Amino acid sequence: MSHPLVAFVPDVFGQALNGLAYGVLLFLLSVGLTLIFGMLDVVNLAHGSYYMLGAYAGLTLIAVTGNFWLAVLVAPAAVALIGAAVERTCLRPLYRRGPLDQVLLTFGLIYVFEDLVKWIWSGRIRSIPTPALFSSSVTVFGATIPSYRLFVIVFGLVMAAALWALIEKTRLGAIIRAGVFDSEMTAGMGINIHRVFTGVFAFGAALAGLSGVIAGPIQSAYPPMGASILVPALIVVVVGGLGSLKGSLAGSLIIGQAETFGKVWLPGTSMLMIYVVMALILLFRPQGLFGRPLR
Amino acid sequence: MTTRDVRPNAGRRSPAKAPRRRNTRMIPRVVGFAALVAIVAAFPLFAGNYPVKLIQEILIWGVFAMSLDLLMGYAGMVSFGHSAFFGVGGYVAALALLKSPGLISALLLPALAAAAAALAIGFFSIRVSGVYFIMLTLAFSQMFYAVAFQAAWLGAEDGVVGVPRPAVLGWNLASPAGFNLYLLALVVAACLLLYRIVRSPFGHVLRGIHDNEGRMQAVGYPVNRYKLLAFVIGGTVAGVAGSLYAQLVGSISPDAFLWTTSGEALLMVIIGGTGTLGGSMLGAAAFILLQSMVSSYTERWMLILGLTFVLLVLFAPGGILGVLRGRVGIRS
Repeated sequence: MSHPLVAFVPDVFGQALNGLAYGVLLFLLSVGLTLIFGMLDVVNLAHGSYYMLGAYAGLTLIAVTGNFWLAVLVAPAAVALIGAAVERTCLRPLYRRGPLDQVLLTFGLIYVFEDLVKWIWSGRIRSIPTPALFSSSVTVFGATIPSYRLFVIVFGLVMAAALWALIEKTRLGAIIRAGVFDSEMTAGMGINIHRVFTGVFAFGAALAGLSGVIAGPIQSAYPPMGASILVPALIVVVVGGLGSLKGSLAGSLIIGQAETFGKVWLPGTSMLMIYVVMALILLFRPQGLFGRPLR
Repeated sequence: MTTRDVRPNAGRRSPAKAPRRRNTRMIPRVVGFAALVAIVAAFPLFAGNYPVKLIQEILIWGVFAMSLDLLMGYAGMVSFGHSAFFGVGGYVAALALLKSPGLISALLLPALAAAAAALAIGFFSIRVSGVYFIMLTLAFSQMFYAVAFQAAWLGAEDGVVGVPRPAVLGWNLASPAGFNLYLLALVVAACLLLYRIVRSPFGHVLRGIHDNEGRMQAVGYPVNRYKLLAFVIGGTVAGVAGSLYAQLVGSISPDAFLWTTSGEALLMVIIGGTGTLGGSMLGAAAFILLQSMVSSYTERWMLILGLTFVLLVLFAPGGILGVLRGRVGIRS
């Protein structure tokens, strides 16, 4: 008989990696959500729909071209176009009204996108094939995990670093940060803030779409996937602090782990885990981990 | 209340004129309301089962939407977690009715449970406002969803099924006509209660908080206590709506807690026009009729429904009542 820890440690490690993979997917989704909120003051309930559209666009692109990597490149671009169109036609007229109208409009969009997907791709659960390059499994510290998950983790972390560089180190990033801080003032400085709004919205949609394609081989595509991923993504944004990139990363990693370990250790109440984590964090920091203080 | 004297605009502005103006405006409303009630009461006599069920569904969702409008339209609290109380009411009623099908199970217990849930959720949520309030209430209702979805004693994914309708004073409500009257009586009671509340000094304070929370605080109102009380009242009425829903359908599932249920109620309020209780009922009717009509013609009802909402938000910000007021000149 071996010591229980011999099995326990690799198991925990493997679960932690699973949680990390889920976390970086949430991160890609929540970055857009938090930037869009920070800058446009819009709680974009349709953000999960972009995740769904990304997955389905990827599905079709892979079916047509047979190339997963092409889908990773093109599907987010297609979703970005849809996002830009939504921002231009639906959201722009609403900026002068309260946040409620935008919440309701994006809620209506969930119906529209979900039904469009059902119409075009049917309501069946579809799985996206794992790219051949990462179809094997690897053993890390005694834990066997699909190499695709490792790829997702590395890809997500690289994206996080790239996003950080973009937002913190470039002129464009400075404009975005300024817009999040005070969009009116930014416009006053001679920046075409409307173009930045459209760009940020499209960029956020593209990241959500990217998350959808990448998630495809792990969590197959089905029409209500957008509405169901939205709630964890919103929780990530609240936990991390609205409008904060750092918070979005920290929140995703925390929620990813909470969800994964909840499923393993508390199977009967696993769905409750992320809400408990959120409630605990909000109790001590109402503005979220990296949010600006309230009021 | 020691600070009663300083309330702005709390009393009638011109005591001599007010009663007469009020009467002339009240009469058509009372007549209209009574006529509506009479039509719905007599509806099973000349309509088939399906239209009757549709009307009953509208009434229940209308009450649910109205209870949300009390929070949104009057107290200015946009809650995305109102489904929590609808679900709590539904589940408590379903479980209690299976044990003993009486009025206590059908009304009292669900209302109390929903009130307790609203007190707990409200206690934490009213400390924040705006988007944080939306998120917090959404998360709380999702907690209930998570519990209901996984708890075996609540029937997990399937929920509670085979819920009997109660017997009231020895009168079995299993018959459609009997249930219709019972439902209508409760809905009318809920409407009158909410109407009374928004017209009372309490309702005026809520409107004051909506308009300017800081000023109400400065004037001396314990704003948070008012908001919490409004939240509990809204939650209780929503619980009764949930209970009625469980009795109508004969089952309740975790979907009742889902955040999209709150979203649908929000849409009903908005479609009708926020801050107008009657509008919420109108919005519920529009939502449910649209859903049933469109879904009988085409499979793509979600698409059409969604597009309708998008267009309504874009082009009719005041809701149906807002449009009517603008075009026909109906006053508030």
